[in-house]
Amino acid sequence: MSIYSYLMLRFEVVITLIIFILLVLKLSDADKKEKSFLVGINVLLLVNFLVGLLPIGEGTLFMDFFRSTGLLVLQKNILNLGLLLISLTSYTYLLKNNNRIEFYILMLSSMLGVFTMLSSGHILVLYLGLEMSTIPLAALANFNKTQKNSSEAGIKLILSSAFSSGILLFGISLLYGAVGNLSFENVIANLQMNELTILAFAFILGGFAFKMSIVPFHLWTADVYEGSPVPVTNYLSVISKGSVIFVFISVLYTIFAGFTNAWLYAITILSILSMTVGNLFAMRQQNLKRFLAFSSIAQIGFVLVGIAGASQLGMTSATYFVLIYLLSNIASFGVIGAISDSTGKETINDYRGLYKSNPYFALIFAVSLFSLAGIPPTAGFFGKLFLLTSGMGNGMYLLLAFAALNLVISLYNYLRIVKAMFIDDAVEVLPVVEKNVPVKLALAVCTIGIVIIGFVTPLFQYIDVLSIVK
Amino acid sequence: MNILSFLILIPLITALAILFVKKERTIKLIALAGSVVQFGFSIWLTFFYIGMRKAGATGELLFQSSLQWFEPIKIYFSTGIDGISLTMILLTAMVVVAGILVSWKIERQVKEFFFLIVLLSLGAYGFFISTDLFMMFFFLELAVIPKYLLIGIWGSGKKEYSAMKLALMLMAGSALVFLGITALYFASGIYGGQYTWDINQLAQINFPMEVQVPIYLLIFTGFGVFTAMFPFHTWAPDGHSSAPTAASMFLAGISMKLGGYGALRVATYLLPNAAQEWSWIFIILASIAIIYGAFATMMQKDLKYMNAYSSVSHCGFVILGIAMLTKTAFMGAVMQMVSHGIMTALFFAAIGMIYDRAHTRQAQELGGILKQMPFIGTAFIVAGLTSLGLPGFSGFVSEMTIFVGSWERTGMFYRIATILACASIVVTAVYILRAVGFAIWGTITNKEYEKLKDASWNEKAATILLIAGIVLIGVLPFWIINLIQNDTITIFNKFISVAVAN
Repeated sequence: MSIYSYLMLRFEVVITLIIFILLVLKLSDADKKEKSFLVGINVLLLVNFLVGLLPIGEGTLFMDFFRSTGLLVLQKNILNLGLLLISLTSYTYLLKNNNRIEFYILMLSSMLGVFTMLSSGHILVLYLGLEMSTIPLAALANFNKTQKNSSEAGIKLILSSAFSSGILLFGISLLYGAVGNLSFENVIANLQMNELTILAFAFILGGFAFKMSIVPFHLWTADVYEGSPVPVTNYLSVISKGSVIFVFISVLYTIFAGFTNAWLYAITILSILSMTVGNLFAMRQQNLKRFLAFSSIAQIGFVLVGIAGASQLGMTSATYFVLIYLLSNIASFGVIGAISDSTGKETINDYRGLYKSNPYFALIFAVSLFSLAGIPPTAGFFGKLFLLTSGMGNGMYLLLAFAALNLVISLYNYLRIVKAMFIDDAVEVLPVVEKNVPVKLALAVCTIGIVIIGFVTPLFQYIDVLSIVK
Repeated sequence: MNILSFLILIPLITALAILFVKKERTIKLIALAGSVVQFGFSIWLTFFYIGMRKAGATGELLFQSSLQWFEPIKIYFSTGIDGISLTMILLTAMVVVAGILVSWKIERQVKEFFFLIVLLSLGAYGFFISTDLFMMFFFLELAVIPKYLLIGIWGSGKKEYSAMKLALMLMAGSALVFLGITALYFASGIYGGQYTWDINQLAQINFPMEVQVPIYLLIFTGFGVFTAMFPFHTWAPDGHSSAPTAASMFLAGISMKLGGYGALRVATYLLPNAAQEWSWIFIILASIAIIYGAFATMMQKDLKYMNAYSSVSHCGFVILGIAMLTKTAFMGAVMQMVSHGIMTALFFAAIGMIYDRAHTRQAQELGGILKQMPFIGTAFIVAGLTSLGLPGFSGFVSEMTIFVGSWERTGMFYRIATILACASIVVTAVYILRAVGFAIWGTITNKEYEKLKDASWNEKAATILLIAGIVLIGVLPFWIINLIQNDTITIFNKFISVAVAN
């Protein structure tokens, strides 16, 4: 293997190295000095992110089992950025938790799974990566070991993901029956539309829908989000979901490219259901984590509108949107985490008058909510509208009518929180929440990103160039 | 750099400066200075524009420029103005100066207030100078959330309800607009050979009828929501009455004009075939709005509600003028936008001043304002007389132009609509004179009012500025007519060419 191949594998290699470093550190007492340990690990993650930005990275390895393209490198970079930001926002939480090393080992293992899944050139490797990315999450969801709802979250996550993996695997086995070899190239070359492959497609779609928590496969989402510690919820909603979206698009656009007519119907129905149910349920939530769970379901519905464009613009806008969604959600969860760590408050009513007591957090939260709602000048505006533009390009008029309706409903949902923070008077004034430097840094990066991405136009162009559907 | 980018840069710099200043008085001064500079710049721009026209510049839009924004989907940051957008910019600059002046006494969260006000004006300026539909939409949406926060935080009455209603209805309107312009974008690729959001290029393309109709209805209805077109007007009364004075002035004076401008420039200009066939829908809706708005105003006791409903009625004239599709009617619609913008800003300013002092807006509880506060009382009366269309003020000129323009359209249906619209003037006279009679004239009923003071320097300055605008248009209408005439003719010519082609 040449050095060039290692550079292609750099994402996986660096993450594995960090895991090994952590395992060695576990043997020593290094993590007793919590501050220096946390600074150290964040520096490592920063190095990881910077290494990812190196330009080299197209080709295949291991008899096409591993592949790397410009778009994949970009997607991995986006996820790496997310990982770093999540790690920074969990600073306060991990200061108080004594199992820091385990937290990072589990999170990075999941990340390794994500990278494996993204780079897979064979459906079984894809499945392997998907499993590897979800199983550590069940342990992470259960990280508040003394709390009942955290255990509940862990159990719910592991059971539902095992179930969905079963469905996915069944679909894959049917596909194997139809084409005889599961490497992407072979499947693309030999896949024909018939009853068997349609059935296989339906199962595979169902399996992915579970992982992305698309309605009607979403029932686990709210409970798991609510029970897990905030950093884990953040990871679940951003990295775990974002990576599955990336894989899902490439599976739809490459392997099932010949099935477009069939999957457009499915995607349309799932998208309408996700947007509408997600937004309507979000309306009734008081707990902010549950609220964001339903809001993220609705956001996935919007991504599906873009995917329904079935064009290069669909790929571009979905990738672009995931980046923006990632920044907005990390900022929201970062604020919720900071406030919950120091006061234990997590409901919308507790956030009344937040602007007066903690203006910094209230402003950042508002910016990220506006981005999620798609209000200019935040990047969410561009992200969401490009998704809709992509859907319009394919003439999905019914879908767009629902999307337009949901824009209004979702605005109501997000404004509810803005109203609580800026307009309502506090029932019980929150104390001034301490701002740790890493948390502040992460929130600042997210906010700046949200505000300027819409005006950094080469980024969108770059994604567009990489997204050419083969 | 293009000269028009200053129109965006000045408010942007003002807004950023406000963010970094702590002292409240300095914030107010910065906001005022920014808006005055902007106003001065707009006036200078107007003379520059007229000069260029006189020198023989013949392009439909002047000062055009285009910067790349999102190249893969052909979104450009392209700007350009004609006489219509120029008058709108002048209107905006004037109302902003007046709005900032009357908000001088605001005490709570000063920084946020002025920041949002400036942001709101930024949205309006950007909207009027854009020639790229996506960019136009960006600025249209930019102005929604500041309104929500202005009403929600500094408003009165059932402010949460009104603010939410306004934000959601405007969002729904803009969603319709967005669907329409996106469909137009893809249609341009199919029928024009090349994808574009640019208004000039879209105007060159002849879209087939079945494409035009749905897009026209979507875009016109969407912008109609912004103009408080019946039956989508319900945000206006609640929103206006709950908003703080400056926000009411902006809402009625500027925001509602965004809708009218969009309906004219985008829906009618780009989709003439559909407009010819389907504008009757909007004529009916406008006639209902005019009559219904006028009668609803008669029933109001709260002065702010009164002016809000009368705005629905007056903006009905704008829609009527646009939907009538004649040269004169277009001109009347534009003039009515300007005239109503200034008049309603003056009205809300006067009501705000009365409310600040008397703490009530109920017409019955007031009385004798003119005796105690002659300046404010006079301002109210001037606004009222403009509203009912007294010659010499701007309302007369613009409404007269619309009536004449509507009459040019022959056919029973159009005649009836015109007559109905004319008849509403009588109702307007009734409610205006009643309000003036109750609140302004008469004797002082409440002893408390004898202690009230007349307008302060800032309020006087704002009032005089607005009255000057009204009188200028009322006495010298040709000045503004010359400015917009060519552009309304350009829009109208599209209809002639369509008729010839058919």
